[in-house]
Amino acid sequence: MATLSNTAVLLGKEVRTEFRSRELLTTTVVFIVMVVVLFSFTFDPTSSESRRFGPGLLWLAFLFAASLMLQPCFLREQTNDTLSALRLSVSDPFAIFLAKLIANTLFLFLTEVLMLPVFAVLYNVHLLAVTPQLALVLFLGSLGVAIPGTAFSAISAQARLRELMLPLLLLPLLTPVLIASTEATAALLEPNPALRKDWLGFLATFDVVFLTALWLFGEYLLEE
Amino acid sequence: MTPPAFSPTGIRFEKIEKRYGGLYALRRVSLDIAGGECVALAGRNGSGKTTLLRIAAGLVRPSAGSTVFLSGQNRENAAVTRAGFVAHATMVYDELTAKENLLLFARLQGIAGPTARVDMLIHDVGLAERRDSLVRTFSRGMRQRVAIARALLNEPAVLLLDEPATGLDPQGVSWLAATLRRMREEGRTILMSLHGESEISGLATRAIRLEAGSVVADTQTGAQLKSILTFAEA
Repeated sequence: MATLSNTAVLLGKEVRTEFRSRELLTTTVVFIVMVVVLFSFTFDPTSSESRRFGPGLLWLAFLFAASLMLQPCFLREQTNDTLSALRLSVSDPFAIFLAKLIANTLFLFLTEVLMLPVFAVLYNVHLLAVTPQLALVLFLGSLGVAIPGTAFSAISAQARLRELMLPLLLLPLLTPVLIASTEATAALLEPNPALRKDWLGFLATFDVVFLTALWLFGEYLLEE
Repeated sequence: MTPPAFSPTGIRFEKIEKRYGGLYALRRVSLDIAGGECVALAGRNGSGKTTLLRIAAGLVRPSAGSTVFLSGQNRENAAVTRAGFVAHATMVYDELTAKENLLLFARLQGIAGPTARVDMLIHDVGLAERRDSLVRTFSRGMRQRVAIARALLNEPAVLLLDEPATGLDPQGVSWLAATLRRMREEGRTILMSLHGESEISGLATRAIRLEAGSVVADTQTGAQLKSILTFAEA
């Protein structure tokens, strides 16, 4: 119970500080728009090519943007040693992770939702009819990125060359999430859209496995 | 100020050792600090003062040995104590106001009536007029006041301070000395690392000097106490 109440308090702090500065959301949205626009100029895809390559390009853009977004997650707790203050205050260190990964998932999901209309226009794909299904894929994919991303953000924040460390650790690990999310998104962009439950199941399993690992071992990642 | 709700609590360090790879930060440090003592830790940079304080706070796990908080007259009862810790960094968020910072930590610690407690502490540390200002607009002295208010949220019987006067102007040092004096009189146990003599070191009832992770001097008498602190400045 204390874990959940601490998580709620910390989530409130994460959301308040982000909406006060808008640093992460602004940077990430601008980055994704740039990547998607540049891809569209480079390939000038037809409608069928968009259906074929679009989901992969979209998820690659999300993945790179996520590695930007996750970088400051624990790094900014080091500025004034606020991580120590959090560790001294919470009854369960998992609450720190839980709040941060929920915040990261929400910010990433929000960025993706804001990005979809731009993608639909530039790549000439129709998303309105599959919006609820796409939202589910985006949510499970974002969670899959945010869980290990939050853990590796805690590790890389204490390392030298920390700006390089996070993408180097994270991107290879997220290959399965990239494949599953891309396949599930591609199936929704087909002329006869389908919700691929096998890939959704894979994403859900990935999320549960990494969340359990974080719950079991997260405390050690916060130790000095 | 509301009378503190705690009994005097001592700290026992038993053969504390801390290694970082092959480097010893602390070597079998054993200390017994009685409840209500005000202890100054002196020593050059890298002598192990900060590590000892962070171990006492529970932020660093020792490689060997243990730390026990003891309460009661005979100091035989192991106490579950959450010590108040003031680090060299302020440990508060620049993007939040003073009140938001204190409310955040009060809620995380499960303090009953957090708003009233925070209002009282903000008043006590003299920040009532700036309670709704972002901490990033504060001077070093004001930030240190927020840091001390944060450390006092749960009425800790033990206060750990890591070079609390660093960066403070003379008025800030005087305010800190007066605040620590009040806490000492309330019966809180204070363990603080210091560099040299100051208004704050004058509060110490005992001085311990660390060198290369070992205790090399420990005294409670006036002249020797002064020499320990002065030597640390050399």
